[in-house]
Amino acid sequence: MRNKFVLLFIFFLILKPSISYSLVEIDITRGNLDPLPISVSPFFSDEISKEIIKKNLEIDNLGLEISKVIENNLRKTGLFDTLDKESFLQKPDIAHLKPRFEDWVLIKSQVLITGKVTSKIINEKDYIRIEFKLWDVLGAKMVDGFSLTTVPTNWRRVGHKISDKVYERLTGESGYFDTRIIYVSEEGPKTQRVKKLAIMDQDGFNTKYLTLGNELVLTPRFNPTNQMVTYLSYFRNMPRVYLLNIETGKQEVVGDFPGMTFAPRFSPDGKKIIMSLAKDGNSEIWVRNLETNIQEKLTDHPSIDTSPSYSPDGKYITFNSDRSGYQQIYVMRSDGSKVKRISFGKGIYGTPVWSPRGDLIAFTKLHKGKFFIGVMRTDGSGERLLTENFYQEAPSWSPNGRIIIFYRETKTDDKGQGFSAKLWSIDLTGYNERLVKTETDASDPSWSSLLGN
Amino acid sequence: MNLSKILKNAFLIVIFGLIVTACATKKSVKTTTESSSTTKAEETQKADPIEKLDALMQGDVYIGSDTVGELASGVPDRVFFATNETILTTASRETLRKQAAWLRQNSDVTVVVEGHADERGTREYNLALGERRANAAKDYLMTYGVSSDRIKVLSYGKERPVDSGSNPLSWSKNRRSVTVKAN
Repeated sequence: MRNKFVLLFIFFLILKPSISYSLVEIDITRGNLDPLPISVSPFFSDEISKEIIKKNLEIDNLGLEISKVIENNLRKTGLFDTLDKESFLQKPDIAHLKPRFEDWVLIKSQVLITGKVTSKIINEKDYIRIEFKLWDVLGAKMVDGFSLTTVPTNWRRVGHKISDKVYERLTGESGYFDTRIIYVSEEGPKTQRVKKLAIMDQDGFNTKYLTLGNELVLTPRFNPTNQMVTYLSYFRNMPRVYLLNIETGKQEVVGDFPGMTFAPRFSPDGKKIIMSLAKDGNSEIWVRNLETNIQEKLTDHPSIDTSPSYSPDGKYITFNSDRSGYQQIYVMRSDGSKVKRISFGKGIYGTPVWSPRGDLIAFTKLHKGKFFIGVMRTDGSGERLLTENFYQEAPSWSPNGRIIIFYRETKTDDKGQGFSAKLWSIDLTGYNERLVKTETDASDPSWSSLLGN
Repeated sequence: MNLSKILKNAFLIVIFGLIVTACATKKSVKTTTESSSTTKAEETQKADPIEKLDALMQGDVYIGSDTVGELASGVPDRVFFATNETILTTASRETLRKQAAWLRQNSDVTVVVEGHADERGTREYNLALGERRANAAKDYLMTYGVSSDRIKVLSYGKERPVDSGSNPLSWSKNRRSVTVKAN
């Protein structure tokens, strides 16, 4: 099963557009008040391919399903208005060859995506080949496209790769669709939650559980460079930071510490883990180099120092500390020197997470009994609160730094009933707040980098 | 690695920490009472559970007996804390002295002191806070003659509430450290 994570993409034809600029462009730095009308034509297949694919995947019309993956991805950005397939005038196969642009102008579509799925046999094994084209309807020309061949079970990832290409082409920013989210799955009553590590595709599909729920697990975080995860496990009632390879399932304790280790996060190069060590009533931030096994204490203060996060260049670390009397956000150099408080607004500030672009820090704020997710510049200026609720925390950035995912818990009623924990996402602009659907209740999300080939 | 030196340093830091937290307490108490008084005001407006609440909470520390179990006959198993605090109240110290006395009499017993926080804080900070609370209780037990090797501490942060309510009274019951027999 885990081998599914190892992917084999063979690119063997890149369709290059004749002209490399497009009339269609989206500015994603402001709230999307005017989403771009886009049509995703069902990808077509010949009858023989259809039959083979149906036999392999038990899916009647894979081309249609792939187009739905793309449509769903684009719609959820809030930047695109995906038009109803019922309104399409042109058949998928003809549109893919050469769209009759007037037909698409008529339904007010500005962009068109078409594609083709064929079955292939390589070394007696079944593969699928997917070709896609991106058309500028008003400019009446093809602006991008590619084809790739992969194992049939990878079909959703193909949809994500096409979505990334479209997003990149139309917004000028890198995409975030071919990614996964690791989180803590929660079940059972509030006083006895059973928690498991779970991983799913960014769009909520292909959920897999990585632990059985026998011990409490918390705060999984991806290595930005590979498929390793670090998290906190209460295995044998010894809360310690662990390292898990999600391809092999192999896990190990990180380091040998004389107390509880928690709040782990990888360095941007993936070679180190920063975390807190709690001992004798004091929590300090430590770093452990996974290659040399050298571990080093970075903070030295009798207060609680925790929730560390590296800047993307690895030169700085942001963390929260209650050294001023209550939780505030600090930045220091990655060797622990030059500690500086950056949060000075009203309230308590925690869980700082450095944006992958480097210019912002996302945080959780508690003020007047409400919890906020917000962002501020790395010097603490420009604080902007994106969302307010009864309880929410643990922001994690999409790999392109445009979206923040976090979890939210509900208030229980007078009888203590009605508790739930769910994942939510919101754009950096403060718009497009969305429930991220999960099979069970969920918390502590961490967004992966874009997957490779 | 120079472990003994690190331990020695850690010990000094803890001592320093105790002094500093003792000094810092007054500052943070102010913020605590601020927030709890507003929530109390809200409660009063709804109905009049304020009298009942006053009998169960002092400041925002729980003083009732609901959820309190026994470490041994007549020896309560837990003590409660104010929001974001690790200071032991007079009642907590009395409970811990009873626990210490019983542990001195039963020298073969080892315990785990479990530290907990309420749900109104970030998960990671609460793990640290739970550890701090458990150590506050442990230190007091040690002061009253229980040797440190008989006491383990374990922080659950906000992961194991005893009361699932989302109100100040429920939260006060969840801010606790519980002494549990380990053998």
